[in-house]
Formats: sequence, structure tokens, C-alpha cells
Amino acid sequence: MASLPKFRHLASVGAIATVALLAFACAKKPANGGLLSADAAQRVYVAPGQYDEFYAFMSGGFNGQIGVYGLPSGRRLKTIPVFSQYPENGYGYSEETKPMLNTSYGFIPWDDTHHPALSQTNGEDDGRWLFINANNTPRIARIDLTRFETEEILEIPNAGGNHGSPFMTSNSEYVVSATRFSVPVPNADVPISDFKKRFKGQISFIRADQPGKMKVDFQMIMPGFNYDLARAGKGMSEGWFFFTMYNTEQANSLLEVNASQNDKDFVAAVNWKAIEACAKSGVTHSVPASYQHNYTDAFTRQATSETITSVPQFEAKACPGAVYFMPTPKSPHGADVDPTGEFIVAGGKLASVIPVHSFPRMIKAIAAKAFEGEIDGIPVLKYEATLAGEVKNPGLGPLHTEFDGKGYAYTSFFISSEVVKWKLGTWEVVDRVPTYYSVGHLMIPGGGTMKPNPKYLVALNKITKDRYLPTGPELAQSAQLYDISGDKMKLLLDFPTEGEPHYAQAILASKIKDRQVKFFKLAESKAPNMVRSEKETGISRDGKKVHVRMTAIRSHFNPDNIEGVQVGDTVLFHITNLEQDWDVPHGFAIMGNTNGELLIMPGETRTLSWVPRKAGVFPMYCTDFCSALHQEMQGYVRVSAPGSGVALSGSTSKGPQAAPKKAQAGPTQKQ
Amino acid sequence: MPKSARLLVAVAALLMSAGFVLPLWRVDLIAPQYPEGLGMLITVRSVIGVKEQDLNSINGLNHYIGMKRIEPDAIPELRYMSMILGAMVGTALLVAALGRRRVLYAWTLGLATVLGAGLYDYWKWGYEYGHDLDTETAIIKIPGMTYQPPLLGSKQLLNFTATSWPASGGWLLVLATVLVGVAIWQSTRRAWPAPSVAA
Repeated sequence: MASLPKFRHLASVGAIATVALLAFACAKKPANGGLLSADAAQRVYVAPGQYDEFYAFMSGGFNGQIGVYGLPSGRRLKTIPVFSQYPENGYGYSEETKPMLNTSYGFIPWDDTHHPALSQTNGEDDGRWLFINANNTPRIARIDLTRFETEEILEIPNAGGNHGSPFMTSNSEYVVSATRFSVPVPNADVPISDFKKRFKGQISFIRADQPGKMKVDFQMIMPGFNYDLARAGKGMSEGWFFFTMYNTEQANSLLEVNASQNDKDFVAAVNWKAIEACAKSGVTHSVPASYQHNYTDAFTRQATSETITSVPQFEAKACPGAVYFMPTPKSPHGADVDPTGEFIVAGGKLASVIPVHSFPRMIKAIAAKAFEGEIDGIPVLKYEATLAGEVKNPGLGPLHTEFDGKGYAYTSFFISSEVVKWKLGTWEVVDRVPTYYSVGHLMIPGGGTMKPNPKYLVALNKITKDRYLPTGPELAQSAQLYDISGDKMKLLLDFPTEGEPHYAQAILASKIKDRQVKFFKLAESKAPNMVRSEKETGISRDGKKVHVRMTAIRSHFNPDNIEGVQVGDTVLFHITNLEQDWDVPHGFAIMGNTNGELLIMPGETRTLSWVPRKAGVFPMYCTDFCSALHQEMQGYVRVSAPGSGVALSGSTSKGPQAAPKKAQAGPTQKQ
Repeated sequence: MPKSARLLVAVAALLMSAGFVLPLWRVDLIAPQYPEGLGMLITVRSVIGVKEQDLNSINGLNHYIGMKRIEPDAIPELRYMSMILGAMVGTALLVAALGRRRVLYAWTLGLATVLGAGLYDYWKWGYEYGHDLDTETAIIKIPGMTYQPPLLGSKQLLNFTATSWPASGGWLLVLATVLVGVAIWQSTRRAWPAPSVAA
């Protein structure tokens, strides 16, 4: 068999040739739905020094934060910490920001962010604020978009999983919170099997247009289902709100089976203007509760956490004519209202069609009392009476729909992993593109408002598999950018995101970029422990607490030598960044601190606490590369044993220290 | 002095008086770290930043090279520059009112002296700031390096390109000087009329 090796050799040559041919064939086939990759690259290329056209705000899912990206480049610009501590900038570590994460359960360092919502004026995103929900311990946060900072967090009482939140009315009057889990209201120690008897759902309307004064205006008790997503009505349906729900079976165990029994669940249509009037007319009870409202003062930059002890509440049936159920197949996720306000598109996760309800038909059906029953006093409308049409065979697992304002809707399909474009009114599918893989929400800038900006669509995917270089068991999270300006959708870009990009908002950069705060004016600061100049710095003891009022300016701290601290003291470093220029933050950290670091913006005062546990000398330094002499921006704290006689002192040398002199001029030591 | 020359001098007085509200001189500093630039405006009464915090930032940067802080309150010229300007405007109006050629010549000589002294003073001011460096506390010390901004035009000072030019009020002052020149030319022409006209 001397010829076999030769034969093998030939065979492998053949195999290589075949592979090469295949590769050639693949290379010739456009890899992205018809657009040559060079064209796609040009569409997403933002030259060095140039700006992206849109800001995109993507929830970080289980990282509890928001990622800010530029579109179309997909470049990450910033992470805004919201419900999670953020070591990078000291959020949730500094004394000023810790109260932001306070809840009725105490300090919580983490949550799960899902649905960002931009504030609106006349049904259009206005770029003032961004709201986002905490899914796990129910809260809603408001982020100021002149500072890209979380300024306010309101806890939602009687909620279990704040998923249906924080969708926005056309003039930012309200954001809503619809509970995912029904829970006993008020919460109580009851058998879980009493679900149907004791567990209630609720929808809260939260006043959103008064910064620093978010509050639960009223809370409506609903049947004990799972509430999922929502959208406010707009245009012709202005004044209404639409909520999806599943588990109308009211299962409390193995929901994947037990909550998938009914052919139809519901979209709740809520006339919020009517219930607002009704709530004010006296049907609400002030029900005892305990939840936190945290907000940051603009001038002290200090967060306060206050406890609120009651919530205005009423049963949905107490406002007759304001709430209706529209039967909807099957375990619907999105309830998405088109830009005119006429159509309500429900993404039934397990449905084989996309049902679209018509607002005018709904109003007629209500007038004609086309009811098929009622649940807890809420009329259930007949499916056919509100239906405008169904998109047939659209795909598998429809979740969420947004609109381009040109008569088309775009629905994400989780199971068949695609985005499907279809026409409102004719309900015909006109285009479909694959996603890589398993898209959840999708987002068109303004695609949920009255004024979409239909240039791009972003698919927010749940699975990436082979799309990026692998990184161990946990792979990159992924978003994908599509061009939707033409008839056919075209994939332009994959880009990884931080955390799960659950849902997103995007807005023209021009609406935000010129309103940025560049630094905080020292002259306007009312921070209680701030100093206006190096002359005002000082150090003082109050029992076991040592207050150090310090300054940071390129490139030194004042004081930078601190003595007289004792083991077991709580040292509070109140550091004012004296810079008054953009992009000159200073950082602060000290060796062995079991807390975090500070990042102090120009003109801002931040406080870091430190409890030294050992005697010795502890270096401290600036952590943000601030200047050419950043590495020189450092100092020492001397820590003595409890009861030591070392006097409390803080100093910074005035000028050059001669080396031999320095040794002699050391502070007096009493040992 | 012909009527047109008297009018020109009056207009020149008006243009000069703009110096009470408009900045006279401008220094711009551009560096890789400051693509948007930092700038100072010299007005008749003060030195201010082009942007609100610019002077503060310039002083912050100057500490690296040991330069004195630019404190408008500590610059004596700024206390009496407005008086000199007021005197020049007032006497210009007087010249226009009197309409005497010789008074115009004398006044122009005065103006030239004031402008010359002003420019010299500005140069000296820049020289002192640029050379009087505190070598004890200076962080960046480059042997032989001084930091005098240019009187007019551009100059590289470490990572900064410094550019010095008249600002709006300064340009109006230049225009006023030109008008005075024209007034003198007209007065001179009328004083020694061409023979053909006299004939």
C-alpha cells in the first residue's frame, strides 16, 4: 500500500481546493442582507473627531445601569449608574450619593434596569430627562440629561417586580408602573396557594414632570395577573394608556405551563384622564405604606432619602367606564400604539398572529356595550369588536413593535430571530431580516412616539453565540443596527453592549449635546462641607469623627499631610474640586479603604468615609489622570493608636522643601 | 480745517468712545488639550476671559511655569486707562468744534504719543509677566525659556500657540486713527491749495 500516502495527499489537496472555492463563494455573497460590507462600513463610519447623529440610551439589564452609545457608530460614550453602585465614579459609595440607593429594605447596591423612557413634549422626545425602571425592588429613576446623572429615584409600594414601567404620556405628565408579580396588598404573611384570593395587581401613575417631586399620584388595584408592558395613547387616543398582561390563569407555580393555558389574555385600556379625575373626586383612600423617595439637590449635590408613609389607592372598578379589557392572544408582551394613536399592536409571545386593536373600534364597542363578561368589575370587550386586523404568519414569538411614521410597523420575533416589517391597515408583511440572535425589544429613534425618526432600527438581542470573539462561558451582549430608510431593511453593524441591552431610546444628538453642564460653579455651590479656596480648608474632630475639608486642584491636595487620626475613627474626607473648567475631574482614594473612591467633578464637593483599622501611614492620591503632574498629586495620613497624643493637623507645604530641612521640620512626635 | 475734516475728527471721537464698552485687545491660546481655545480680552477697565472661566484657567495653567497670577485689580493701568481714553475723546470733540488746523496737528501728536505709550506699556506688561517667573515654585523650568506673549501676531509658548490682536474696540481705534489721518490730509490740502485752483 505504498500509494496510499500519495492518494491521501491528493485527497487533502482536493479538500483544500473545495474549501477555498466555498470560501470564495461565501465572500462573494453579501453577508448582510444585500448591502456590500464596504457600503455598510461607510454608513456607520464616524470619522475621528466627528460626532454621531444620535444618542442611544440602552438599559444595561442586570447591570442596573444605562449605557450611552452613539449611533450609527455604536461607540460607547458613557455608563450612567442608576440602581447599581458604580466604582468608577463613586456613585453609591460617596456620602452624597449613598442615599440614592436607599429603599424601604435599606441600602440596595444593585437592580435590574429594563425600559428607558425619554421625556416628551407634545408626543415628541424632548431630551430633558430619561426615566428607567428597577425591575427587582420596584423603583423608577429620573436621569437629568444636562448632567447624565441619576437625580431622583422613587420606590413603588405594593408592587412586585416593576416591569411594566416607566412608559411616558405625551407631555411627561405621568410615567407608569404596572406590577409584574401580583402580591398581597398590603404585603402580608399568607399561604402562596391563596394567590387567587389574596394577591392583587396594581398600576401606579407617577407624576413625572416636576423634577425632585416624583410621587405616586394614584395607584389602581387590578386583578391578580402579571402585568407586562405598556404604551400611552397619543393623537386620537390621547388620554388613554394600554397595558398588556399574562397569567390571567392566575397561576402561582410553574407559570411556563400554567400561565400558558388561556387562548387569550388581555390588553387593558385605561382612560387615565378619567381615572385622574375620578381619583381626585374622592374615590381614593390614603393607604398606609412605607417607601422611599430619593432626590438630589441641585446646589448641595447631596441626595436625601425620605420615607413616604401612605399611598392614594382605589380599586379599578371604583372608576366605572375608565378601564376595559381587550382579549388578546396569547401572553402578550408589547402593547404598542402607532404614531397616529389609532392602532394598538399586541405582541403575543405565543400567538401565531399579530393582533392589532383599533382605538376608534374600541370606543364604538364600549358605546355599544359589546362585552363578553367582566372581571372584578372591569368589562371585557369582545375580541372581534376591537380588532382592526391580524398580521398572518408573521413569524414566531412576536414581542415588540415600533413604527416609522410612514405607515409601517416593525415587530421583533424572538423565536424566529428576526425583525419583520409590515404595513398598517393592509397587515401584509413587506420585509424581514434575521437578527443574530433572538431579538427582544427593538428600537427606532422616537419609534414609540408621535414623531419617529426612521433612519435606523436597533435590534436588542438576547443571544450572541458566534458573533464575536468568544470570551469564556459568558459571551458579549449584542445590539444590531439596521438601515430602515429604504424599502428593504439592511443590516449595517453589530456592536457589543454592556450588560443586557434590554430596551433603548435614541434621540437626535442636537437635542441634547449643546445643553451640557460643563462644570459646577463654585460660587453657586451650597454643599455643606465645601470650601471656596485653599484658605478655608481645615480639619476638625467631633468625637470619633474626623472631618477633613480638603481641596483638589492641579496638581495637589490641601491638606496633603494629615496627622492625629486614630484607629477606629471615622474619617470623612470632604473634597472640593476647585477647578472651574470642563473635563478636569479629580479622583481620591486612600490605601486600605473598604469603601470605594471618589470622582469629583469641577466645582463639586464629594465626601468619602474611611475607618482606618491599623496604625501606620497611609498614602492617598488622585485617581483620575488630571494633569502632567497627576502622579505627584498625593499625600499621607498618619494613623495612631487610640488615645495617642498626636495632635490633629493637616498641612500642605507652601513651597520647595529642602531635603535635610524636611527631616528636621517633621511634626513633633509624642510617643 | 474744512468741514469734512471736522466731521471726520468727530466721527473718530465716536469710534474711540466705543473703547469704553468694547474690548481693545485679545490674546488667544490654543493647545492640543484646549482645541476650543482659552482667551483673554483687555478692556479699558479690566482683563476678562473670552469665556467666563478662561482667565481662571489661564492663571491655573500659568502656575506651572511660575508666572504671576493675572489679577485685574492689581494692574494700575486699568485704573486710569479709561480716564486717558475719556480725555482723548473729549479733546477730539474740542478739536472738531474749534476747527483749527494747528490744534488738530497738536492733538494728533498727543494721540500718537498716547497710542505709542499704550503699546509700549502693553509690551512691557507682557515682558514682565513672561520673564518675572517664580523659579522657586515653578514646576516646569526650561533654561532660557520665557513666556512673553507677542505684541501682535502668533508665537509658540510650550504647548500653546499664543495669538495677540486688536479686539473690536481696538480695531475701531485703528479706524479712528485712519480717519484722523484723512482729516489731516484734507486740512493740509486746503491749506496749500493747488495753484490752478487759486488762479
